[in-house]
Amino acid sequence: MYQFSGKLKMFSIILMILGALGIGYGFLTAPKTVEEAKEILAHQAAHGAHGDSHAVENHHEKKKEETHAHGEETHANHVEKVKDAHAAVDSHGTSHDDAHAEHVFNQLQNRPWSAFYVALFFFLGVTLLVLAFYAAQRVAQSGWSIVLFRVMEAITANLVPTSIIMLLVIAASAMHYNHLFSWMAEGTFTPGHDKYDAIVDGKSWWINLPGWAIRSVIYLAIWNAYRWFIRKNSIAEDTANDGNKTYKRNYNISVVFLFLFMLTESMAVWDWIMGLDPHWFSTLFGWYVLATLLVSALTTIAFVTIYLRSKGYLPRVNDSHIHDLAKFMFGFSVFWTYLWFAQFMLIWYADIPEETTYFAMRFAEYKLPFLGMVAMNFAFPILLLINSDFKSIPWFVVIGGLVILAGHYIDVFVMIMPATVGAQWFIGIPELSSIAFFLGIFIYATFSSFAKASAVPEGNPFLKESEHFHYYNIEHRGESAKDHH
Amino acid sequence: MGSSKVIHAFYNDDEVLLDAVKKVKGAHHHIEEVFCPFPVHGLDKAMGLAPTRIAIASFMFGIVGLSTAIWLTWYTMIHDWPQDIGGKPSFSWAENMPAFVPIMFELTVFFAAHLMVITFYMRSRIWPFKKAENPDPRTTDDHFLMEIPVHNNEDEIKSLLADTGAVEINVVDTH
Repeated sequence: MYQFSGKLKMFSIILMILGALGIGYGFLTAPKTVEEAKEILAHQAAHGAHGDSHAVENHHEKKKEETHAHGEETHANHVEKVKDAHAAVDSHGTSHDDAHAEHVFNQLQNRPWSAFYVALFFFLGVTLLVLAFYAAQRVAQSGWSIVLFRVMEAITANLVPTSIIMLLVIAASAMHYNHLFSWMAEGTFTPGHDKYDAIVDGKSWWINLPGWAIRSVIYLAIWNAYRWFIRKNSIAEDTANDGNKTYKRNYNISVVFLFLFMLTESMAVWDWIMGLDPHWFSTLFGWYVLATLLVSALTTIAFVTIYLRSKGYLPRVNDSHIHDLAKFMFGFSVFWTYLWFAQFMLIWYADIPEETTYFAMRFAEYKLPFLGMVAMNFAFPILLLINSDFKSIPWFVVIGGLVILAGHYIDVFVMIMPATVGAQWFIGIPELSSIAFFLGIFIYATFSSFAKASAVPEGNPFLKESEHFHYYNIEHRGESAKDHH
Repeated sequence: MGSSKVIHAFYNDDEVLLDAVKKVKGAHHHIEEVFCPFPVHGLDKAMGLAPTRIAIASFMFGIVGLSTAIWLTWYTMIHDWPQDIGGKPSFSWAENMPAFVPIMFELTVFFAAHLMVITFYMRSRIWPFKKAENPDPRTTDDHFLMEIPVHNNEDEIKSLLADTGAVEINVVDTH
């Protein structure tokens, strides 16, 4: 039986406290009035840095002299453009300037909320996809993954705290504590109001506050209900000894859950992510977010498995299991890239203005994260994990996984931030603190849950097969050639 | 150093065959060839065959295909005649790159797959009208055959093979 070590518990609590402090700092330093926002703007203008030009600068500093000169040039161009833009604003008079300041004020106020929301959605989504992958493994009656079931179940324990925090954020948004969702602003649906938006009003049969809040609660309720049921009955399976009756019930409920999951996941993504840009729509968006979260979920399973195995708590997990997880990480990295590119290329190719603004905005203000994540989520894993031998070496999988997780966090960041803070983004204290906060919760929830049940699901009819799982060309470390057969 | 005689040992079960291969290897006899009607898992490992490098070859063929596609799209669409087709930016290859990705992907797969298959044919020496090298037609149906060259130790090998459960042992002259 696993014991949640005091050291790890302390580590997770420190992460939560540091994270909470950083999140609080983010909220305290956000401007309270338009005047404060104006001051920040003036400060930025004085430095000639506007949004991501800062990041571009840093990036070029690391390169050679020649490229540096080139960077200087583009930077100069950029400053020129910013000045032009400001001149244009000035010529329009002060009323326009005020409108600009108010716009930036709203964005700056959104930043701590968005930083929190990005990390929350990332951790909630990853946990949810671990649950969905687990359900899929049950439904597929897979033979290899049974020894990993308790690891996956433990990770899904994180669904409870993240869902509760999500409910709080949903309530806070619905009560107008933040401006994350522009369509929640007063007057959006009131004809004649100066904030009236006919396009969003046309979608009000879906995008309306009561509907949005009720749907959100339903998604979370369905996911948590399945997680509660399957965890309880998976443990019951261990000692059931009832001719696989419990096993079959778990199978049936998993089938139902997968069906509901595909529906609710798509709709949750429309409501929680696509709803941030209510003028924009994309048909494969739900799949795309699913792919992002699925890669991250598999990486998370691999990480927790490798950690627990290195501590000796998973003696029945061998190198072939790690190899299979790494194969999934590799495959779904490519799948993510496929969907990312399909969405981007279809919009780029046809270049219909109402769709293109989404990417034009991201390309203008988020160039480094937008292109950087393609390298992190595609080029890096495909080159690192294509070799069969490398896929069974834990530290290789860990290195690949770290880049994959960071890359997909950035992916969620680039989905959410442009809609809420626009050019006022930065990966600073609020963002990193939110990650630390949710990582602390994740570690605490996962490992305390893993300590509560036997590490081996004894009652599963496929357990023997899973213990002897062996991918044909993998040499297991610590085994003699005899064990291979 | 060729020998003029080989022993053909027949088996009718892949598990028995695997154990026999291990035993013969254990007695330090060279196994010339094993003929099977279907792939037997673990046979290559038991025989001590070196792992295949065809995946590495395929990876390189893929890189060749990708390079070909990049060159082709750059030369035809950007360098040779950069026409304005429907407003697509043909000023540089990078600007129009998303439109070239489908062909880049397909040519990578095309080169990787086809050249790998051709490599396989060449390395395994298979082609149309090639004379089949089957020592016994039963090995394509339900029998497994192990071929061991003889160097004045015929009786020793024969008794060893009889112990391994061979259903038939023949000494064959080769030319």
